[in-house]
Amino acid sequence: MRKPQIRRVGLLVMTLFATALPAAAQNAPADAVTIPIAYITERVKELPPFSLVDQPTGDNGLMGARLGIDDNNTTGKFTKQNFTLDEAVVPDGGDVVGAFRGLLAKGHKFIVADLPAAQLLAIADVPEAKDTLIFNVQAKDDALRGEQCRANVLHTMPNYAMLADGLAQYLMWKRWANWFLVVGTGEEDKKFAAALRRAAERFSATIVEEREFDAAPGARRTDTGYAQIQKQMPTFTQGVGDYDVLVVSDERDAFGEYLQYRTWDARPVVGTQGLVPLAWHRSQEQWGATQMQNRFTKFAGRWMTERDYAAWLAVRSISEATTRTNKTDYASVNAYIRGPEFGVAGFKGQKLTFRDWDGQLRQPVLLAGARTLVSVSPQEGFLHQFSELDTLGFDRPETTCKLRAPAQ
Amino acid sequence: MRAGVMLAAAALIAVGVAHPAVAETIYVTNEKDNTITVVDGATLEVTKTIPVGQRPRGITISKDNTRLFICASDDDTIQVFDIAKQEIVGTLPSGPDPEQFILSPAGNPLYIANEDDNMVTVVDVDSGEKVTEIPVGVEPEGMGISPDGKILVNTSETTNMAHFIDTESHEIVDNVLVDSRPRFAEFTADGKQLWVTSEIGGTVSVIDTATRKIIKKIGFEVQGLNAEAIQPVGVRVTRDGKLAFVAMGPANRVAVIDAQALEVKDYLLVGQRVWQMTFNADESRLYTTNGNSNDISVIDVANLEVIKSIAVGNQPWGVAVAP
Repeated sequence: MRKPQIRRVGLLVMTLFATALPAAAQNAPADAVTIPIAYITERVKELPPFSLVDQPTGDNGLMGARLGIDDNNTTGKFTKQNFTLDEAVVPDGGDVVGAFRGLLAKGHKFIVADLPAAQLLAIADVPEAKDTLIFNVQAKDDALRGEQCRANVLHTMPNYAMLADGLAQYLMWKRWANWFLVVGTGEEDKKFAAALRRAAERFSATIVEEREFDAAPGARRTDTGYAQIQKQMPTFTQGVGDYDVLVVSDERDAFGEYLQYRTWDARPVVGTQGLVPLAWHRSQEQWGATQMQNRFTKFAGRWMTERDYAAWLAVRSISEATTRTNKTDYASVNAYIRGPEFGVAGFKGQKLTFRDWDGQLRQPVLLAGARTLVSVSPQEGFLHQFSELDTLGFDRPETTCKLRAPAQ
Repeated sequence: MRAGVMLAAAALIAVGVAHPAVAETIYVTNEKDNTITVVDGATLEVTKTIPVGQRPRGITISKDNTRLFICASDDDTIQVFDIAKQEIVGTLPSGPDPEQFILSPAGNPLYIANEDDNMVTVVDVDSGEKVTEIPVGVEPEGMGISPDGKILVNTSETTNMAHFIDTESHEIVDNVLVDSRPRFAEFTADGKQLWVTSEIGGTVSVIDTATRKIIKKIGFEVQGLNAEAIQPVGVRVTRDGKLAFVAMGPANRVAVIDAQALEVKDYLLVGQRVWQMTFNADESRLYTTNGNSNDISVIDVANLEVIKSIAVGNQPWGVAVAP
């Protein structure tokens, strides 16, 4: 069994190309076909976790990809297919596009991209990337599924609109239709807030008031703790009028957690803190997820995160294709994954498939509290002609995506 | 004399209309409550609830009908329940997180699927010793055994395969790829077919055991029901090979299949999230566990109707019938 690696967040010094680790602890059959998969990320310097209760995740996303390879190779023992993972972990501020070109030069066609939107587009637009399959396992930006979509990109991470819709459906099921929206000043805060506004309109909620909270993430650990916050938060949330729930968009995790239990009026907090819509949560145990969680924590020495889950799904999608078609070339795998037969099991109670209009993986959205799962969307009663999962995010009639190959 | 005949006839008619009373006892594992519910087959009433180990799931009866074996998944053990004494009398080693298991037709050994470890553990039920462990695919659950005891089949939920294992060498001799998330494997009584359900794939694969090829994939369609809700788990085939029943999970129905034509005949509405089922000894009844409505349903097999639902404990999982 692989010894779990827990990397400290502060570690920055790494070689440009981390040596590809041996793919699996298991022995591949002698006559196995090798299917290489690449993983690329920028190891940005992360702030210490907001809370001592959180776990540091220096290898966020990467571990999901590695476990995916391991699971693929368990099947591969029987199908005579051997998967390898070539890891390009670019240091903070390094040349991501250069590293990506390096992967393409080695012949990689299947790339798990654990990158924010700008860098994802930069690599997708590299001319040599035209006939490759890039999986976005990190960026939630709605634009990537809309005007900035790319023909060679599939998304296993849900976008902001899907998450906001998942949350909104639950709030409407609860009949908490009047929202007080609090938005941080960061770019990502604004993106998620835009998705929340769209969700409110879509599901007939009313944003009774919106306020901005200006707080850059500062020093996380201070000894005086809550003294100032206890006074700040009630004042900030005072005088809103009649509302049912405070919806917060604080993607940077700077202040949102402070709102709970300190609002002027006694109201639940939902959004980026409180009741949170997610692709995956450590408390998820339904539909056999316990086994996934156990396998992951044993493998990685920590809880599985959304990025791990998205990366795992990407790697598993490739194996689904190669196992079902018995072919390993890019053209066959790409066609199968985008085709009508494809489905990947993701421990969410139904098979997951990619939308043909924007490449987004349809999936249920988990709604989690701190320690338990509260619900899973789509909520009962939200109907759809084709798939109820399409009540979350951008549906076919409203897409602004015109899938096109990178410029020649 | 005539009046007597009329009375006797009337009595006969009365008995014919009522559902025949059956002397048997039904045992249901309640996954959430850590108990088993005991139901009297004649009255179809709960007689008692008995505490067992943690997270009880698979339950099966010994060949001599004196003991029940219960997978206590969170205790990482198999509990042995003495039916005459009505209590747990011992344990068997099982490997970690046993979910499902199957007894060899000879009554020994017991083959157990270890969900977390990608293993099948083989245990001698008389000596209580672990015989061996067989590595299989990811997340093993379904266990089937050929009537001659020579071939064991295990399904791996994430690897999506049915592994054929030689019970003498304990080696995997073949692997059949099925649709997504196979959870149950059942041989027909004549050993000629293996039925494997795919929970996420939504199908049942009927495999010819001689060629080890899928001869048919049966799909399901229920008017007004979302396709995603159709999630087949348990499957049982009558000994005469005429009918097969498939528990369809959140579709809340049991599909009735003509096992000769391999076509769906009917759907019987039972409780919520039906997963497992067991026949009684003469196959006049099929009992189903409905995990989300906390009850079991009783199906009259001859008439293909659900005659009763009985409230049991929380999240009933497995069911076994003792004569």
